[in-house]
Amino acid sequence: MSIGAETAASGVDLRTITPEEVPATVADVIRKGGRMQMAYAWRPSSRRIELRYVASREARKEFLVWRCLVNGAVPSVASICPLLGWYEREIADLFGVEFTGHPEPVRLVLHPGARPKAPPLDPSYPIDTLLPFEAADGGLPEIASDDVQRLPFGPVRADVVESVELIFFYVGEHILHLHPQLFFKHRGMEKRFEGRPLSSAVVLAERVSGVGSFAHALAFCQAVEHAAGCDVPLRARMLRSLLAELERLYNHLHYLGHLSHTTTLKVGEAEGKLLEERAKQINARLAGSRFLRGLLTPGGLRRDLDPEPWLSEELETVRKKIATYTGMLENTNSHLDRLITTGVLPKQVAFDQGATGPIQRGSGFDRDLRRNHPYAAYPDLPFEAPVRSSGDAHARAQVRIAEIDASIALIQTVLRLIKPGPVQVPCAPQPHSEGLGWAESPRGSLFYAVHFGGDGMLSRVKIKSPSFSNWRVFPFTVHGSNMMDYAINEASFGLTVAGCDR
Amino acid sequence: MPFWTFFGLRNGKASTAWPRTVEGSGQEGLLGMPRFEPERCTPHCNECAAVCPSSAISVQIDDAGKQRLAVDYGRCVVCQLCVEACPSGAATASFDWAFGTRERSDLLLADGSVLRERTHQARSSRNGFRRSLHIRHVDAGSCNGCESELQALNNPFYNLHRLGIFFTPSPRFADLLLVTGPVTYAMREPLRRAYDAMPEPRWVMAVGACAVSGGVSGGGYACSNGLDGILPVDLYLPGCPPNPAAIIDALLLFLDRVPQKIRGGRVVE
Repeated sequence: MSIGAETAASGVDLRTITPEEVPATVADVIRKGGRMQMAYAWRPSSRRIELRYVASREARKEFLVWRCLVNGAVPSVASICPLLGWYEREIADLFGVEFTGHPEPVRLVLHPGARPKAPPLDPSYPIDTLLPFEAADGGLPEIASDDVQRLPFGPVRADVVESVELIFFYVGEHILHLHPQLFFKHRGMEKRFEGRPLSSAVVLAERVSGVGSFAHALAFCQAVEHAAGCDVPLRARMLRSLLAELERLYNHLHYLGHLSHTTTLKVGEAEGKLLEERAKQINARLAGSRFLRGLLTPGGLRRDLDPEPWLSEELETVRKKIATYTGMLENTNSHLDRLITTGVLPKQVAFDQGATGPIQRGSGFDRDLRRNHPYAAYPDLPFEAPVRSSGDAHARAQVRIAEIDASIALIQTVLRLIKPGPVQVPCAPQPHSEGLGWAESPRGSLFYAVHFGGDGMLSRVKIKSPSFSNWRVFPFTVHGSNMMDYAINEASFGLTVAGCDR
Repeated sequence: MPFWTFFGLRNGKASTAWPRTVEGSGQEGLLGMPRFEPERCTPHCNECAAVCPSSAISVQIDDAGKQRLAVDYGRCVVCQLCVEACPSGAATASFDWAFGTRERSDLLLADGSVLRERTHQARSSRNGFRRSLHIRHVDAGSCNGCESELQALNNPFYNLHRLGIFFTPSPRFADLLLVTGPVTYAMREPLRRAYDAMPEPRWVMAVGACAVSGGVSGGGYACSNGLDGILPVDLYLPGCPPNPAAIIDALLLFLDRVPQKIRGGRVVE
C-alpha cells in the first residue's frame, strides 16, 4: 500500500492496487458484505490515466477507495460485480480505457454514431468541439424469431417528459426484453466543471439534475469541503438537512401524483400534483427558488435563512393533507390492484445491479446514506429509514409515502433545535487535493468525487447520480412483464433521465 | 374504499384566478432576474462579470474610454452571484420573472444604448390560434428543471387548459414546438424530425436559458448553444427554469393576449 502526492482527506481509506489485482479486490469487498459504489477515471496532469473504485463497508465506516494506474487493458469485473459494468463502459467511452472480458463490450454514454477524434474527457480532446455524429444502430440484441416484434418508442415521447428511447422486444402483450437507449441528453457536464471557480461550479452542480438541485450541490460542496478539511458550522449543517428534506418532500409528492396518473386515478393525480405545487411554493417563499437553488457554497450557505415561525405551521397543514391523501391512496383498490405484484425487483437483483434509494429499500435493503454515512446535521437527528420487502411497485410507493412523513418530522426537529450562529466558514482546497462527497438524494445515493490540479482549480469532477444506478436496474423488472403494466412500473421507479445522462 | 369524486368536489376549485387578477400567480418570494443600474458601477470594476457562471455579463471599455456594462438575460441562470459580488449596489436582486420576448435582442441590456421603439408584430397568421393552441414539447437535453415546471402547468393550481392551451402527444397536431435544453448532439436529429413532422403554419418557442443561449450547459463536446442556428425561433423565454406563471405569460404573449413586458433588457410595463 502506498500513497502518492494526492492524499485523500479523512473519511476515505485510499489504497493503491495494480490492474491485475482489481478482480480479487472487488470480490473480497463483496464477500465481506461490502458493496461497490462506483468506478471512474481521471488523468492527473500529464500522467497516466488512473482508475478509482469506491466501495462501502458497514455503516459509519469510511468509504474504501482504490486507485489503479492504467497500463494497457484492465480486466473487467462486470461478471463478478454486474453494477460496475456500466461504469466500465462509461470509462471506455469517455477515456478510451480498454476492459478485457467485458460481457457487454459496447458503447454506453456515447451513442453508436458518435465519432470523437479523441476520448472526450481526455485532456487531448479539443476544447469546445462538438463531437461529430451520424445516427447509427448498435448494441441491440439480435432477434432470432419472426414472432418477436420490435417497438422503438422515443426519444420524443408523449406528454411532457424527458428524452429517452425505449426499445421493446415483445410478443403480443408480453415484453421479452427492454433496451432503454439513454444518453440522448448527455451534456458532458462533468467536463464543464474543469477549471471553473467554486462558486460557479456549485451553480453547475445545481443544474445537473433539476429536481435534485439541492442534493447535487450538497454532495459537490461536501466533496470540496472534504478536500479542504473544512468544518461547516452547525447552523449551516442544520439548514442543509432541512433543505434536503424539503427537496425530498416535493419530489415524493410529484411521484405520488404521477403514479396516480398511470393508474388513471384522476383526482389522486390532481391532489398529488397540487400538494407538490404547494411544497414548491414553500421552497420559493423560504429560499427564493422553487428548486432550492442558490443557497449552497463550499463552507456552508451563501446566506442565512429565517424559517420562523411560518414554516412549521405551513408544514403541519400540508402534513395533514398528505396524511388524508396517502390514506386514501392506500385504501383504493383500483390503484393498489395495479401496483401490487407489478415490477417485482428481487433483493439479490437489487444488490447485484446496484439499486439505490427507495428502490433498494422497497426490495428489503435497509441502506440510507443519511444514517449509514451521515453528513450535514444527520448525525444528530433521530431518523428512521422505512423499508419494505415485497419489491413491487406498491413497496416502492409505500417507502416513499413513509419517507414523506419522516422528512416532515425531520424538518420539524430541525426547526425546534436550530440556534442562531454563523452559516459559513472559508473553504479553500489546496492544490492536488481531492475529496469525496455524498448525499441521499430523493432518488438514492449520490456521489461527487473532486480532484484539484496543481493550479488549485478543479481538474476532474465525477458525478454518480442515483438514476444512473436505478436505470440500470429497471429493465430487470420489465423483462417478462406485460405492456399494460409498463407505464405504472416506470412511474414506480421515479427515474430522472437528466441525472443519469449528465 | 374512498370516494374520490366527493373528495375532489369537497376540496373545491384549486385554480388560481391569475392572470385575470394581479394577485395569485403563486410566485411569492421567488427571486428573479437581477436588475442593473450601470450608472452606479464602480470604475474599473469587473466583479459581476467575473463571477457569472454563464458569461451573461460583460464589462468593456468603449472607444471613448467609457466603461460599458452589457447583460444578456438570455444567458442569465438567475443564480444571484452577481448581486452578491457587486460592491456598489449597481446589481440588485429583484422579483422580476424571466419574461418572454419575440426577438432575441430584446433580452440584451446594453449600457448607453437607446431603447428601441416597439417593433410592429404581424398578428394575422396567429389570429386563429388565440383561443386554442396545441403544443408539442421536446426535451433537447435539459436538466429536467424546465420539464418539472412545464409539468406543473397542468396541475390544478395553474390549470393551463382553462386558457385554451394544450400539450399534444403528436407533432402532427401541434402548432407550437416548445423546446428545452441546449440541444445535445444526439437530440439534434430527433428535434429536427419533430419539427419537420409539424403542419404549417408552425412556430417554435425556446424555453429556459439552455434553449435560448446554451445557459451553463451549452458548448463543450456534447452540446450546441441553444436553438439559434438549428430552428427558427418565434419566442424566447429565458430563466433557469422559468416559473410556471412566467411560462403561461410567455404563451399568452405568443398568442397576442398580453403585451411584451421586456424591451432592450428592461421591464417596460
